[in-house]
Amino acid sequence: MLGYLIRRILQSIVVLLCVSVVVFAIMYLSGDPVEMLLPPEATQKQVEELRIHLGLDKPFHVQYLTFLHKALQGDLGKSFIFNQPAISLIVERIPATMELAVCAIFLAVVIGLPAGMYAAVRPNSWLAKSIMSGSLLGISLPVFWLGIILVLIFSVILGWLPSSGRGETGLFLGMRLGFLTIDGLKHLILPALTIAVFQLALIVRLVRAGMQEVLLQDFVKFLKAKGLSENRVVYVHALKNILIPVVTIIGLQLGNIIAFAVVTESIFAWPGMGKLVIDSIHALDRPVVLSYLLIISLMFVFLNFLVDVVYTFLDPRIRLK
Amino acid sequence: MFLAGWGEFWTEFRESKSGLLGAGLTLAFILASLLAPVISPQNPYDLTQLFLQNSNLAPKWIPGMFMLGSDGQGRDLYSAILYGLRVSLYVGLASTVLSAVFGTLVGVLAGYMRGKTDALIMRIADIQLSFPAILIALVIMSLWGQGLFKIIIAISVVNWVFYARTARGSTLAEREKDYVDAARAAGVASGAIMLREILPNIVAPIIVIGTVRVANSIILESTLSFLGLGVPITEPSLGSLIYEGYQVLFSGFWWSSVLPGLGLMGVVLGINLLGDRLRDVLNPRLKR
Repeated sequence: MLGYLIRRILQSIVVLLCVSVVVFAIMYLSGDPVEMLLPPEATQKQVEELRIHLGLDKPFHVQYLTFLHKALQGDLGKSFIFNQPAISLIVERIPATMELAVCAIFLAVVIGLPAGMYAAVRPNSWLAKSIMSGSLLGISLPVFWLGIILVLIFSVILGWLPSSGRGETGLFLGMRLGFLTIDGLKHLILPALTIAVFQLALIVRLVRAGMQEVLLQDFVKFLKAKGLSENRVVYVHALKNILIPVVTIIGLQLGNIIAFAVVTESIFAWPGMGKLVIDSIHALDRPVVLSYLLIISLMFVFLNFLVDVVYTFLDPRIRLK
Repeated sequence: MFLAGWGEFWTEFRESKSGLLGAGLTLAFILASLLAPVISPQNPYDLTQLFLQNSNLAPKWIPGMFMLGSDGQGRDLYSAILYGLRVSLYVGLASTVLSAVFGTLVGVLAGYMRGKTDALIMRIADIQLSFPAILIALVIMSLWGQGLFKIIIAISVVNWVFYARTARGSTLAEREKDYVDAARAAGVASGAIMLREILPNIVAPIIVIGTVRVANSIILESTLSFLGLGVPITEPSLGSLIYEGYQVLFSGFWWSSVLPGLGLMGVVLGINLLGDRLRDVLNPRLKR
């Protein structure tokens, strides 16, 4: 187990290094930010001075090594626009994005798990059929359009829920979170729902397919023959067997949700990492985009690592491979 | 092998109503986008036909000009949707063909050569797959800026992995079969074995993946265009139309974001239904 962990950690570090090279190369090639930063009437001398000041005059590998050296000390440069350390700009927006992601995945699991199980147990009932058609619709809906429809219905027409911002936040464990206040909760509903629908559809389809396979297995027949009630067989014993793919998908989807938050946050003007990075891309704010990509890669590598490790605990057979 | 089984394929395919609906929807949308210059009441790219006094008209719901209303520039929305559909489908199909060809070739190469080639290609694929598609496309588009050709490349970079993995898996199974041994014994070169012997036998799973990826590519394109990182504003896709419509949503002009979205959803749903059915029919494991 220890050998496995060490190998897996080394692998993650190599992946992160590769990502940092690729990301840095892309940013390096993506044009000169100096022209964006200075007024058009700036002289050639001012342009040169700023380039030297930002270290943009040095060759690629020197710039990369300087960057890596500083990055390891937690210094990813200053934002050209906000004139603040890029990393703190990102970090202070993480709670907003995470709050959205966690609420969405919670909604998706709480509704998706029972709905998928029901669809597997009673495949011919009208409810199961509508659940499955709904899930197909759910994966065909473009996320940003769904967000717009929700805004149209609940903000523009009904006027029940706010459509932008985070509203009032409360302090919890040093983080500003919206779900502690009524106003914050109201602001949270629409964006969380927008993200949750696709995940919900995915979980329903996954749980149904997994459940259908499990219900055909011998141990289910045996438990039924032993006289256990059908509910107990399905909701206790069969459920245990489909938890592994569900845990995996939740782990992997959490990463996807955080990345997809760029869309939802743009629609709802949610002050998270995603909105910041889209604004920064448009403003050619290189250090912020770079820090975002590195932090999110770190999250991904960590999540993948976590899922793999949890996997080996849930199913010891995997470790032996 | 593929054309010979066409009659049999069709007999099985038409058993499912949802599959037929999907095929019908897909065909209708492709036709509509091909015929856009003929059937749309207005050329939305021709600025001399646009008048500002026609901006943000509500839908009339009767055939003709402004049947679906107009957008902020006085453009007939129905025409704009048809032309937008054209751009969306073009990007979806072009990127699918590009990534399918590249991914399949790389996958066959990895599966046939095995060893270091295989390890290297699959390692790259694994790393790429651990990051979400939107992030990769976002990085590429933020580097290059908007552009039709650029977004096709960006989406292809995202998608090659899926074909490469499928092609590799199928090739690993095929390369052990007798006909490949026979070709090798007859002295056929490796390149020819991969292209002429193995490739024709792994087409079916590639087609299935391709259909599903077209739908995904169309959504990805529209998402990027919605964020202002996709197609250029001179050639708006459905995603760009929705973005423009969203700007006037709070003024109550709901149609210019909702209607292009319905078109987008219809085309994606159609392709998804078709893809589901193709998977069932072409998947040998589910054969009765």
